[in-house]
Amino acid sequence: MTGLLDIESLARPEIEAILTRSKHFQPAPKQAFKRFTTLQNRTIVNLFFESSTRTRTSFEIAAKRLGAEVLSIAIAASSISKGESLVDTLNTLGAMRPDAIVMRHAASGAPHFLSRYLPIPIVNAGDGTHEHPTQALLDALTILDRRGTLENLRVAIIGDIAHSRVARSNIFLLSKFGVQVVLCGPASLLPREMTAIAPGVELTTNMETAIRDVDVIMMLRVQLERQHEAAFPANEYFRFYGLRPEHIELAKPDVIVMHPGPINRGQEISSEVADSQRSAILNQVENGVAVRMAVLERVLAR
Amino acid sequence: MNKLVIKNGRVVDPAQDLDRVSDVAIEEGTIRQIAPSIDATGAAEFDATGLIVAPGFIDMHVHLREPGFEHAETIETGARAAAAGGFTSVCCMPNTQPVNDSAHVTSYIVDRARRFAAVNVFPIGAITKNSAGEALAAFASMKEAGIIAISDDGKPVMNARVARRAMEFAQALDLPYIEHCEDLHLSAGGDMHEGMESTRLGLRGIPRSSEDVMVARDLILAELTGVRYHVAHISSHHSVEMVEFAKKRGLRVTCEATPHHFVLADRDMAPYDSNYKMKPPLREWPDVGAVKQGLMEGVVDAIATDHAPHAGAEKMQEFERCPFGIIGLETALGLTLEQLYHPGHVDLAHLIRLFTHNPARILSLDRGALRVGGAADVTVFSLDREWTYDVRHSASKSSNTPFHGRKFKGGPVASIVAGQVAWRL
Repeated sequence: MTGLLDIESLARPEIEAILTRSKHFQPAPKQAFKRFTTLQNRTIVNLFFESSTRTRTSFEIAAKRLGAEVLSIAIAASSISKGESLVDTLNTLGAMRPDAIVMRHAASGAPHFLSRYLPIPIVNAGDGTHEHPTQALLDALTILDRRGTLENLRVAIIGDIAHSRVARSNIFLLSKFGVQVVLCGPASLLPREMTAIAPGVELTTNMETAIRDVDVIMMLRVQLERQHEAAFPANEYFRFYGLRPEHIELAKPDVIVMHPGPINRGQEISSEVADSQRSAILNQVENGVAVRMAVLERVLAR
Repeated sequence: MNKLVIKNGRVVDPAQDLDRVSDVAIEEGTIRQIAPSIDATGAAEFDATGLIVAPGFIDMHVHLREPGFEHAETIETGARAAAAGGFTSVCCMPNTQPVNDSAHVTSYIVDRARRFAAVNVFPIGAITKNSAGEALAAFASMKEAGIIAISDDGKPVMNARVARRAMEFAQALDLPYIEHCEDLHLSAGGDMHEGMESTRLGLRGIPRSSEDVMVARDLILAELTGVRYHVAHISSHHSVEMVEFAKKRGLRVTCEATPHHFVLADRDMAPYDSNYKMKPPLREWPDVGAVKQGLMEGVVDAIATDHAPHAGAEKMQEFERCPFGIIGLETALGLTLEQLYHPGHVDLAHLIRLFTHNPARILSLDRGALRVGGAADVTVFSLDREWTYDVRHSASKSSNTPFHGRKFKGGPVASIVAGQVAWRL
């Protein structure tokens, strides 16, 4: 593994290996995280062309717990538009010879583009509306914590599917494990072609249909910043696609409710649901560190 | 002396049903004689044994980038690339800086071409001022200065009323109206064809409907106005069907296709490689098939490259920030032989017609045939020479092509413009 650009090109055994290793990095209940020296004397650059406190912090903590040096650089989109090209930025960083680059970028495929020119392994921390591979891995780990297996589960992903990199990575990952994935959202945010990108994917615009008998409900954040037009009447969205307690009744009794965060309480998810027993939102955050440790270790393995 | 005899080639000119091994004698820029065994005493000789001798190829859709974008291409370098691709004439689109929307700019291009271009350059004028889609450009004075058609290529005329007025005006002046068919509202923000591939890659789509909607609108307006209407770079199977329908209705409608649209589909794209980014985008296999079928059956009249140079730095960016377009002059013939001739889809006369007689007819150019007394524009090419395209040796200033490293069987050997060898292998 030379880096981690997307879930789509990962084989199932590779995903399984990462998830298995992640469990090793999960702290036992009520215990502190363990510290390791695996990546001592290695330098990781976190390059965030798009702001994200959560993901950046999670990668930073993961790297530090493995003993690596971490340098986080936030590059405002404005300085990019002032003329320095992505290639120049990366050449500059490349000259400093970090051992790996963790990058987030607003353009789909930006890490793929760079990996063609840079010999340093790149971990994709979210690229445009394409993929967010470590999010899908931590989601899978969170499901495994509660279900033990992914096989034969039914998972609903609800919200702005078209613009969601979380949705794409989860679709690719879950499909590799034989999960039935139901995608749900307003028609203009639910591309029909989604059924063709991976096996076992179905679509519905009806929230009740989507949730019926599912094992997992994944809510997506409304990505207003990625919508370039009014794809749906704004005031109708939360009425039809907000997750409320009555929806939970339709799912399996032990349904897991997930959300990549940050959540908009009372909008795509009600507070009652977010804070309920069914919610695994905080477990997701915790698992994020473990999964990213496993990924960094794998990427930097000598 | 200014005499040249092309010896012993297979002379193929579909405009006059000619296909036989002959010599072609050229004097003072015109063709003097086509016959077996012409005495070449006192003339330069070009041995074309085993080669095809055809009327000079015409590319009716190129971007030469001058004036304004000389860092990407100039009239001189673009014309050299044309000659190296077997073209003896190119028609340059008006999206320069300034836009070719006045006789001044047209005259500038004509003058620069006369001084620096190795091939004939026929400018195409803008439809609207600055191609902004509002006020009409000065067609009549541009025509006097040398334009042979009008188009707002790259910035289609979105307002149907403006399009109608332009067509009426063009009809009166007998100027062909060429449209880059794209409804800009439907395609807004898109970077590649909207379909499974764009969904998978998380790139915003340019739906097929954005082309179809404008082709449909324009065909209705073409019928209303009686204009000679031409669809540039057709790429959608629905659009090909609509053009076929319009032709059956007897409209004066024609269309062209680029090699990349009958060679590649969206799924052939190397992920996020901007050398595959152009408008219209690479579509799906049924579209590629329909374009090819259209070329075979005569629904698609001409092959044009839409040669669109962009400097290296412009293409070395995130996919969604890169400009649209690829170069194509040097690979057009090789790709057409590969896709249409070698598999037996078209015969040689048909292939040559797509590059010569048909574009000349669409644009009323006095070219595209090997007539005694006519301009001595000749393309000499091989059907079997094996070669590999190396864009690092391109005559173009730019190197944005998905065909670098592709192997070809057959391709251009010489381009003769007005009796002068503009390029030879």
